[in-house]
Amino acid sequence: MEKKELTNKERLAIPPQKMPEQGPKERIGNVNEVPYGFTEEMAVAEAERCLQCKNAPCIKGCPVEVNIPVFIKFIAERKFREAVAVIKETNVLPAVCGRVCPQEEQCQKPCTVGKSLKSVDKAVQIGKLERFVADWEMNQAGSESPSIKPSTGKKIAVIGCGPAGITVAADCRRAGHEVTIFEALHKPGGVLAYGIPEFRLPKKIVGREVDNLVSMGVELRTNMVIGKIYTIEELMAEGYEAVFVGTGAGLPMFLNIPGENLNGVYSANEYLTRANLMQAYSFPNTDTPIARASNVAVFGGGNVAMDSARTALRLGAKNVYLVYRRSHEEMPARKEEIHHAEEEGVQMNLLQNPVRFIGDDKGWVKAVECLRMELGEPDDSGRRRPVPIKGSEFTIDVDVCIVAIGNASNPLIPHTTPDIQTNKWGNIIADPETLKTTKKGVFAGGDIVLGAATVILAMGQGRKAAQAINEYLATGAW
Amino acid sequence: MNKILEKEFFSPQVFRMKVEAPEIARKRKAGQFVIIRVSDAGERIPLTIADANASEGWIELVVQAVGKTTTDLSKLSPGDSLHDLAGPLGRPTHIEKHGTVLMVGGGIGIAPAHPIAQAMKAAGNTVVSILGGRSKELVIMEEKMKAASDEVIIVTDDGSYGMKGMVTDAIQKLIDEGRKIDLVIAIGPPVMMKFVSLLTKKYDIHTLVSLNTIMIDGTGMCGGCRVSVGNESKFVCVDGPEFDGHLVNFDEMMQRLSMYRDQEKESIDHACKLGLR
Repeated sequence: MEKKELTNKERLAIPPQKMPEQGPKERIGNVNEVPYGFTEEMAVAEAERCLQCKNAPCIKGCPVEVNIPVFIKFIAERKFREAVAVIKETNVLPAVCGRVCPQEEQCQKPCTVGKSLKSVDKAVQIGKLERFVADWEMNQAGSESPSIKPSTGKKIAVIGCGPAGITVAADCRRAGHEVTIFEALHKPGGVLAYGIPEFRLPKKIVGREVDNLVSMGVELRTNMVIGKIYTIEELMAEGYEAVFVGTGAGLPMFLNIPGENLNGVYSANEYLTRANLMQAYSFPNTDTPIARASNVAVFGGGNVAMDSARTALRLGAKNVYLVYRRSHEEMPARKEEIHHAEEEGVQMNLLQNPVRFIGDDKGWVKAVECLRMELGEPDDSGRRRPVPIKGSEFTIDVDVCIVAIGNASNPLIPHTTPDIQTNKWGNIIADPETLKTTKKGVFAGGDIVLGAATVILAMGQGRKAAQAINEYLATGAW
Repeated sequence: MNKILEKEFFSPQVFRMKVEAPEIARKRKAGQFVIIRVSDAGERIPLTIADANASEGWIELVVQAVGKTTTDLSKLSPGDSLHDLAGPLGRPTHIEKHGTVLMVGGGIGIAPAHPIAQAMKAAGNTVVSILGGRSKELVIMEEKMKAASDEVIIVTDDGSYGMKGMVTDAIQKLIDEGRKIDLVIAIGPPVMMKFVSLLTKKYDIHTLVSLNTIMIDGTGMCGGCRVSVGNESKFVCVDGPEFDGHLVNFDEMMQRLSMYRDQEKESIDHACKLGLR
């Protein structure tokens, strides 16, 4: 049956497909993923909305430059295997990126469909299509491993098995190098394993992506804290000709206000690590505990704050307050995450700032004192600066608090590798194009370079680094 | 996999375990620790390294079975393997010649004191060690500590061995005798380290304590191990485990150690109900 080619007008008339998801009441009682994913029919309909623009503005919006119009065309033609192969040319983690990328800020932002319909919310849902084909592939028997060039005999050490490290490992392995990933934790995935919750990124997806790496011949060594068990210098002496540092932004920032060491006050890193990596939500079937609380306050307005708040709800909290010192508009979290959090009943305490934690006689936090804020002149970030309102102190009763105000960079590697230079925030200084550090043979990327950023930006740096590593190993030129 | 090579009980709850770990054995220094997991559903817990042999490729851990994980560990036998072992972690003890170093080890705290005593002696210090325990059977590693020290003083709460009293009584006695002490390193239960620090502060003797707090990753990522040291928050995993005992807020640390007391009991009860023990 010959299908007639749609006109642009007809394409623009197709409504954006709504991805079915668990209802808010139901989903806060489990840790399962919230959106179910597109059906084939929905995916094809969504793909038909794409105008196949010649200049493809979407590709420029993607940090790893996925050939978006081509993979979408394949979906419209129901050639799902071909579609996923196109994505995988430049993106080794499509099932992850389809879920956690901020597409509305990247590929979907310049989409012509969105522009024509005057709303980025009506752009072609590229991320959801990416997720669809990646999931489709996972459900097929025997997915193909990418081709690997003949062995060069050269060894590369990748430090940290997060998004940046995984990308580097895949791209360097494809070029025929022997790649070993050293992961500090017992499980691979980095922030994908310890940070992003199950309900946003099922761990079996991360596990499968890592399994793919291993089946490509990448060696994975868990429980290896580089900087401690080996320094970078020692790895190079062991014959690793290039080293990629992708250790992430693992050093939580605290508020530095009185009472912060009371029991029940967590960093978001700790709270999420307990819940995700250590599966404390299954306690006592698993051994790692987490405080179960009725009233939880989360401080911060980013994605990690949303993840923490939504995790607290799933752990049985009755009231979860998200305390943010600016207004709704300035929140750095993705709109979709804010929407999901509000839908689930997270209470937005905006223009409020904590000043001290108050403990009970057993040293457990029982309240947090806050100040109300108003917005003043814009600061360096361009956002209006929150200014405290004098005398506006009030308290919120809580039994758990989660501090989600960001991460500084982990000092383990810089401290043990003195010839790698860092900036004043402790981030490793790396060339933006080649990701070369100040030490010959050592490259770095992801949050250890960017500060706390996103999965896809880390992957984008990983791609560039891999290219530079492959070049360096071929030519020896630094 | 890290195979268990030997296991020996000092008392019904306290045991030592020699574990195959050639890379850690080569690299570890006095004062450092490891993080282990016993099963796939297991918790990550920090354990200090009591001894190691680089040429034979093993490290030794001394453990008191008090919680779920340490009890599970006590059930493993030679030939079994640890599910996970990561290390060495933390900053090594700063070793230099101070003069007379007083090592104070309480209970299983004697184990981590051992490699430090060895290193301090090798650096030319006179090492005096006070080993304390509730009763005779809880005073462990006496022979090893004798080999690593110039003098060993035993103290038990019940007087069943050595001097009757607390380790602080033994320290006080040395001070009263006019012994010159240049550095005290105290490792043991938090309350012991607190009172040792209070005592030595009176006499202005520099005192280091080695802390064992609740930890997850051990690399500075989670901040669960934080303690107040001189009004600053420090991470035991990366800034420690050793701190100036005169600056540590022990009361806060003890409070934080009790954070999951109810769940610890629940975890053990749950395992009992399932017939796991």
